[in-house]
Amino acid sequence: MIEFLQQLINGLAQGAIYALIALGYTMVFGVLRFINFAHGDVFMLGAFAGFYVGPRVLKFFGNAASYPGAAVVLVVAMLICAVFGILIEFLCYRPLRDRPKLTVLITAIGVSLFLENAGQFVFGADPKSFPELITDRALEIPESWGALSLLTITANQLIVVGVTLALLFALRFIVLHTRMGMAMRAVSYNPTAASLMGINNDVVISFTFGLGSALAGAAGVLISIQQPSIDPLMGVNAGLKAFVAAVLGGIGNLPGAALGGILIGLIEVLVMGYVSPTYRDPIVFGVLILVLLIKPTGLLGASAREKV
Amino acid sequence: MFQRPKILLLFALLLAALVSWSMGHVPSGFVGNGQGGSGSLIDRYAYYYDVLIGIGISVILAAGLNLVNGYTGQFSLGHAGFMAVGAYASSFLTLKWGGTAGGGVMGFFVALLAGGGVAALAGLLVGGPSLRLKGDYLAIVTLGFNEIIKGVIQNAEPLGAQRGLGGMHQFTNFFWTFGCAAVTVYVVLALVHSTYGRGFLAVRDDEIAAEAMGINTTKYKVLAFVVGAFFAGIAGGLYAHFKQFIHPEGFNYLRSVDIVVMVILGGMGSTAGVCFAAVLLTVLPELLRAVSKAPALPATVQQIAENRMVLYSLLLIVLMLIRPQGLFGGSSRQKKQGAK
Repeated sequence: MIEFLQQLINGLAQGAIYALIALGYTMVFGVLRFINFAHGDVFMLGAFAGFYVGPRVLKFFGNAASYPGAAVVLVVAMLICAVFGILIEFLCYRPLRDRPKLTVLITAIGVSLFLENAGQFVFGADPKSFPELITDRALEIPESWGALSLLTITANQLIVVGVTLALLFALRFIVLHTRMGMAMRAVSYNPTAASLMGINNDVVISFTFGLGSALAGAAGVLISIQQPSIDPLMGVNAGLKAFVAAVLGGIGNLPGAALGGILIGLIEVLVMGYVSPTYRDPIVFGVLILVLLIKPTGLLGASAREKV
Repeated sequence: MFQRPKILLLFALLLAALVSWSMGHVPSGFVGNGQGGSGSLIDRYAYYYDVLIGIGISVILAAGLNLVNGYTGQFSLGHAGFMAVGAYASSFLTLKWGGTAGGGVMGFFVALLAGGGVAALAGLLVGGPSLRLKGDYLAIVTLGFNEIIKGVIQNAEPLGAQRGLGGMHQFTNFFWTFGCAAVTVYVVLALVHSTYGRGFLAVRDDEIAAEAMGINTTKYKVLAFVVGAFFAGIAGGLYAHFKQFIHPEGFNYLRSVDIVVMVILGGMGSTAGVCFAAVLLTVLPELLRAVSKAPALPATVQQIAENRMVLYSLLLIVLMLIRPQGLFGGSSRQKKQGAK
């Protein structure tokens, strides 16, 4: 039982990362109705932004791991990723706005390949060890909790889940309680009507890309404080998993993406713990296929009828 | 060009046999300045031979995928999965029959067909349910199946699991590769010019209208998928019996993307264009490799050539921005999207 709880905690920390990436997929799908294949690679850029910015920022904080320093690194990485996201949309997707969806999908695959290969060219293909932003330690659980004191919860896990929750609430606030959020929802609901109401769709789409990419950048830094090394291809697998999460929750649906992310994280960890690590990827993709065949709109997605 | 298809096919097969025979038997001294010594052409130009076989296999893969992505308009992103099925199935058979002597060339032929057959069956299993989905979703599901096939092989002990499978006899030669390529191109063209072809194109151009006209769109989609998978399986068998070693990671998502890029570059729905792109994209990396090693060129050029994958992906983006129909694709009627 304790082992199972431990797995759940590990899965939650992993799922939080997927949830952050999945939100980007779902937001872009909401406004543009296409899958931004390059999103997983923006996540990779976030990790590398942290890698290069981290040591420089830590200099101001006495060259030691510290929480304020880590927070600054996180924000800087998010900003860098937001800029990249907006640039990618502006250069590659905007000129294709009126073209068939397939063309945009292929372009997205091209952008993804470009980021991966340019990453290998610029950063080097070998894995790099991420600078220590936060000193990790296991939290003390008081004896009085009985058997629960056998659990290991690390500070990193707590931070990952905490930061994810904070970002989710911030996102919720932006989408539901700001003018820009309202514009995003309007564009997602009906782009033509939105522009007739005086919304500048291009600005909204750029903002959406920026927001989604910032979340991916945050995920990139958060995963890097958990796992020891980063490499230019780390976005491929994480991106695919996060996409599965977005579909599982119902693509276009923000709470769905968060829920899907957590679920995929849990499934992965449980499969690794109780079945076999080699079955992890096949089972995750099996889940995707089952969802699409049984309920293509996902767990929380509303069904849309196709009009002729 | 397609006036006497059967005669053309026969001619291509004969030519492949002749070239293949001469490669093995003509002493290399016969070509060039006569300093070749005793080895055959294959021994002397092993590197070029390798590239040549690679071209043939690419042509089979791309022409087969073009049937699905190009003519039928169903965006599949899991072609390498079927290639893996064919490669493993045929290798399993030839290894079981005892490598060299056991099955012999006829055994190889049977194993190749069996590999294609198993891949086609996999195509049926995958295509049946997933072809209900469209566009992006179909792409993702086929990608998912590709990963699942890879994952199953990684866990299958009789297939070498994560160690890979090796020890196959090198049955694949010029004749087998280009013979199969010729048959693939022939079958694809014959299908497209038949009643079935009208069905494929109808599904691509307007699925709803096609259905309203009484066309069983599912049947055509699955048919295209199964035929594409069959040839991917054949290509996998040829690949396995040429390289003599296969590994599950060799058939991953990136391999599928490679094949898709060939189809897109050539122009979806243009067999000649796709074959040309398959040749181009197989030769181009080798050319760039040569450029990156050439001492006479400035260092920057060498460095750019060394990172050919960067160029490759840029090429894809620029192509989509400037000429989305590919190099040879006609400007087919495109539905305006976004109208709801």
